[in-house]
Amino acid sequence: MSKLTLSKALNEGLRRALEADPKVMIMGEDVGKLGGVFRVTDGLQKDFGEHRVVDTPLAESGIIGTAIGLALRGYRPVCEIQFDGFVFPATDQIISQLAKMRYRSRGKISLPVVIRIPCGGGIGAVEHHSESPEAYFTHAAGLRVVACADAADAYSMIQLAIASDDPVIFFEPKRRYWDKGDVDTAAPLDSAVPLDRARVVLPGTDVTLLSYGPLVRTCVEAAMAVAPERSIEVIDLRSLSPLDMATIEESVKRTGRCVVAHEAPVYSGLGAEIAARVTEACFYHLEAPVLRVGAFATPYPPSRLEEHYLPDLDRILDGVDRAFSY
Amino acid sequence: MTETGLIQLLTPEGERVDNPAYPLDEAADIKGMYRDMVLVRRIDTEAIALQRHGELGLWASLLGQEAAQIGSGRALTPKDMAFPSYREHGVAWCRGLDPLRLLELFRGVSNGSWEPEEHKFHLYTIVIGDQTLHATGYAMGIQRDAAEDEAVIVYFGDGATSQGDVSEAFAWASVFNAPVVFFCQNNQWAISAPQDRQSRVPLFQRASGFGFPGVRVDGNDVLACHAVTQRALQAAREGQGPTLIEAYTYRMGAHTTTDDPTRYRLASDVEVWRLRDPIERVRSYLARSGQADSTFFAAIDAEANELGERIREGCRTLPDPAPLELFDHVYAGRSAILDDERERYAAYLESFEQTDTALEEARR
Repeated sequence: MSKLTLSKALNEGLRRALEADPKVMIMGEDVGKLGGVFRVTDGLQKDFGEHRVVDTPLAESGIIGTAIGLALRGYRPVCEIQFDGFVFPATDQIISQLAKMRYRSRGKISLPVVIRIPCGGGIGAVEHHSESPEAYFTHAAGLRVVACADAADAYSMIQLAIASDDPVIFFEPKRRYWDKGDVDTAAPLDSAVPLDRARVVLPGTDVTLLSYGPLVRTCVEAAMAVAPERSIEVIDLRSLSPLDMATIEESVKRTGRCVVAHEAPVYSGLGAEIAARVTEACFYHLEAPVLRVGAFATPYPPSRLEEHYLPDLDRILDGVDRAFSY
Repeated sequence: MTETGLIQLLTPEGERVDNPAYPLDEAADIKGMYRDMVLVRRIDTEAIALQRHGELGLWASLLGQEAAQIGSGRALTPKDMAFPSYREHGVAWCRGLDPLRLLELFRGVSNGSWEPEEHKFHLYTIVIGDQTLHATGYAMGIQRDAAEDEAVIVYFGDGATSQGDVSEAFAWASVFNAPVVFFCQNNQWAISAPQDRQSRVPLFQRASGFGFPGVRVDGNDVLACHAVTQRALQAAREGQGPTLIEAYTYRMGAHTTTDDPTRYRLASDVEVWRLRDPIERVRSYLARSGQADSTFFAAIDAEANELGERIREGCRTLPDPAPLELFDHVYAGRSAILDDERERYAAYLESFEQTDTALEEARR
């Protein structure tokens, strides 16, 4: 067991994947010599060579398009998109090609491509560096969309994503890169929580609080702040597509209340899908409507306003309070 | 027509042209090329007719582009990989693909049912230019496999050269020196947009800005297309990186069966190109040089008739997929969300069967 930052845990997970399978490659802007702008790929090019850790031209569509070609050739590319707001030039390749190729070919083609995307705000960045674009991708059938929330999980999730024969959009909460956690780097991968399962991070009895990525920690802090007067069960969704409805339903049927928190705008966000599904599956168990806490229906604001835009501990607790006001 | 540096080995009249850079290949199977061109033209004609009869939803005709496709397609070795756009029925033929596999796509019973690695022919790509990046990535894989006897060819049109992905593919292939041949069939029309809406310079000249050679070949000359492609593929295999080939040709038909080219181009322009027909010039050459006689041509025509019949019958009897196949092959692994949808829809469909059975019983 070692104490690692989330960034270092990803680095160790990538290293282990590169060691385990010679077909695994890393490609992206500045991922080689520099080790990535967040240093997630630090030292990997030095140890695995320029053919396996590729500094690419500055072209996101090119990164994903050539990764598709490499996957057709039998490789398992792990692509880094430098920031959330820069993924959009690649969305045609992701949605029209990567997501659909297995379906179009009636299962004859597998594209085991992982797309790592640092996501979310809270670091005072300039525009296009703080976004939460997950809902664009959860809407595309054929993609697996996951988000890691802490170092230990990041370490196994990145390896599971690379081992998956489906394309995976892998969100990394950039403001949590420096959070430290205990990581068991000796644990076998098959003992990890499967990639498509949610995880109860804090058990509770009064209300189910669902989140993922950067807000999982905030949700846990919110729950601690009101315990023991109010018992909040916090679930880290981990898999945003497909959703692990079994874990969610089991919890909501026990607690009778459900709040979803994410950094992305509430409107047409992932919370809407969850609310509709929970309402249908748990209708007779619910004491209140499923409530959503998230960002507003505006573009991401200048960073001096982001504390008003992003849900924080108080806004999450406000959502929880509302769930008890019915 | 701008004919800057156009490479031609056979004139529209069927005269051989000596080109010191591309000496006559004695082994070239010109009769085989003729046969292939006639047969793919028949596939095309039949497919258009099948669309008119409601058997296909759509068809993208290759009429006029037979030489570009058969010449380049026959230059590939069995190990080379081809990435088509959606009009490369001639290249598909060269890769041994049953034309019915293509018709399935335009009939709407499949989005691509062949095994790309078996034929070394990727699925059709409809979003313009996307496949140029796939081809470049595949070529990067060949480099990593140190497979020195393999190269990649990717097909796209004049319209695609305006797409960002094509420029990105040029840049990537160049800086990584990837073994890929960019084969642009400049058929001069991107639906209704003429080539001068895509570029102010001849397309093959684009390559020099990216740092690799570009050549313009008479796209209606099967010998020239074959020779130029063979040379470019060999250069790629030998580590000399990419080449852009601009096959200067003309789309004789509509963009697809839903298009009406009389709205945007003159019949007289089409007539000019009819005189440059890719098949007629080979027929003239073969007849005049005594390499083929009327028995040969009659045999090919008979073969085309048989092929046409097989396609007509085969297309009409292509089965529709079963309803629940809708849910197959979305993921390699499980999706509980999708499993749930499949289960509910199966039950919904079954409810009709139960109602039908009940009604039948009631009638009895």
